Amino acid sequence: MKILVPIKRVVDYNVKVRPLGDQSDVDLNNVKMAMNPFCEIAVEEAVRLKEAGTASEVVAVTVGKSDSQEQLRTALALGADRAILAETDSLLEPLAIAKVLSKVIEEESPQLVILGKQAIDGDNNQTGQMLAAMLNYSQATFASEVVIDGDSASVTREIDGGLQTIKVSLPAVITTDLRLNEPRYASLPNIMKAKKKELDVKSVGEMGVDINNRMELLSVELPASRQEGIKVESVEELVSKLKEEAKVIS
Amino acid sequence: MSILVIAEHDNSNLKPATLNTVAAAKELNGEIHLLIAGNSCQSVADEAIGVEGVSKILMSDNAAYENHLAESTANLIKSVAANYSHILAAATTFGKNVLPRLSALLDVQQISEIIEVVSEDTFKRPIYAGSCIATVKSNDSIKVITVRATAFDPVNSSGGSASIDNIDADNISDLTSFVGEEIAQSDRPELTAAGIVISGGRGMQSGDNFHLLEAIADKLGAAVGASRAAVDAGFVPNDYQVGQTGKIVAPDLYIAVGISGAIQHLAGMKDSKVIVAINKDEDAPIFQVADYGLVADLFNALPELSEQL
Repeated sequence: MKILVPIKRVVDYNVKVRPLGDQSDVDLNNVKMAMNPFCEIAVEEAVRLKEAGTASEVVAVTVGKSDSQEQLRTALALGADRAILAETDSLLEPLAIAKVLSKVIEEESPQLVILGKQAIDGDNNQTGQMLAAMLNYSQATFASEVVIDGDSASVTREIDGGLQTIKVSLPAVITTDLRLNEPRYASLPNIMKAKKKELDVKSVGEMGVDINNRMELLSVELPASRQEGIKVESVEELVSKLKEEAKVIS
Repeated sequence: MSILVIAEHDNSNLKPATLNTVAAAKELNGEIHLLIAGNSCQSVADEAIGVEGVSKILMSDNAAYENHLAESTANLIKSVAANYSHILAAATTFGKNVLPRLSALLDVQQISEIIEVVSEDTFKRPIYAGSCIATVKSNDSIKVITVRATAFDPVNSSGGSASIDNIDADNISDLTSFVGEEIAQSDRPELTAAGIVISGGRGMQSGDNFHLLEAIADKLGAAVGASRAAVDAGFVPNDYQVGQTGKIVAPDLYIAVGISGAIQHLAGMKDSKVIVAINKDEDAPIFQVADYGLVADLFNALPELSEQL
């Protein structure tokens, strides 16, 4: 079974992102970039399926600029067998990213696509579901457990009220939630080995896909800040403030 | 201009987030229809005819829709989509699962988790865990939108008088089947709908210690939540998680106990009206958003708080 793992290069989760001075976009000058945390979980799950003998090949793919090769190398160091960069200098929306990915999937014909449930930059939570729709694949979003069983997979999903288990026929798209696994760190020998693994670069421009943006970003601003609070000295003072001042308890 | 809101329900009752979603739809100034797809869900429709602002209910009652699976639900919505300028659902795990699939079927770019309607094509939404707010304009002919429920006050659930149209099931998919569900049973209010929320973090040290929070929750009629650290540590189940990738809450009172206040957690609660933080580390970032901060050992403070309530 071949597994395709789409990943994304994003601002490192520890960075506090701010708007540009003219509020035209976020300020990404000189910020640290990393693989989206949910994508790390996706790579880990695919690699574990390979280690368990369920999968035969893990292919990492991303859509982005040339510098996204850095994150593909990370995926290779974590255990992916080869990587594909669908290269474009444009900043694509999830719909366009899903279109490019579905082109790659038509060529690669994986039985399973595992990707993060959302990227922590745009927080859109769309690409996996869109991809499943375009390919007419089944979808299992927000997965916390995946069990492959012949030509189907049993997936436990994190839903608002608890957990839901569904059975999806393969090929399927699965998106990862936080508790699916705990990703490993890449070891130095594996980082060295990753440099020699195959990384194929394809031009998005030559794929014949409509990647035009459907949305315009008009402005980016800071959220309204909260008024500075106070420190109370005791539980008694806290209770009295909540009753008398904030009037949120009686 | 007509607007379609996708109702969220459990085949018996309407979920409260639907009322917040209708509130967002009302700001678009069009006729509002509500789609109910479910199985033996007449009681949901009976409830929904009273929802303020809704003029028509489209009901598709079919066994295939019992568990709200994305494939069949998205196909059904697509079958009526051409009649609408906007299609909205709450940004819950239901809406987040179904709407992007619909959006791709319609070849439109979804607008996720809006917090403000600026005009019929322009919306505000948080990005980067709420560190920034983006204003975006959609140029698609049908706007597919998920709505952050806490950003819109719910409409009244009664007083309206919508008509009901039954619509046929369309293009039922057999790609996915439902196996089972473990829904947490609790007498406490639901996290996203509670007026008061008390949450614990890594500082709680164990799942057993959450009984300290539960004792207070029961006195206040509050829901109990948790930070990702507490969920990852296995103290409590995932449905307790408040944050960027968990639940977004905005109660009248949020009490954060033993939570340091990572930006990913703040993203899920910083729109609460009053925030209380109890933490023994006086430099914890949670104090920067707290209206009332108490620097104290939670194992002393919680029993004392419980006693004084």
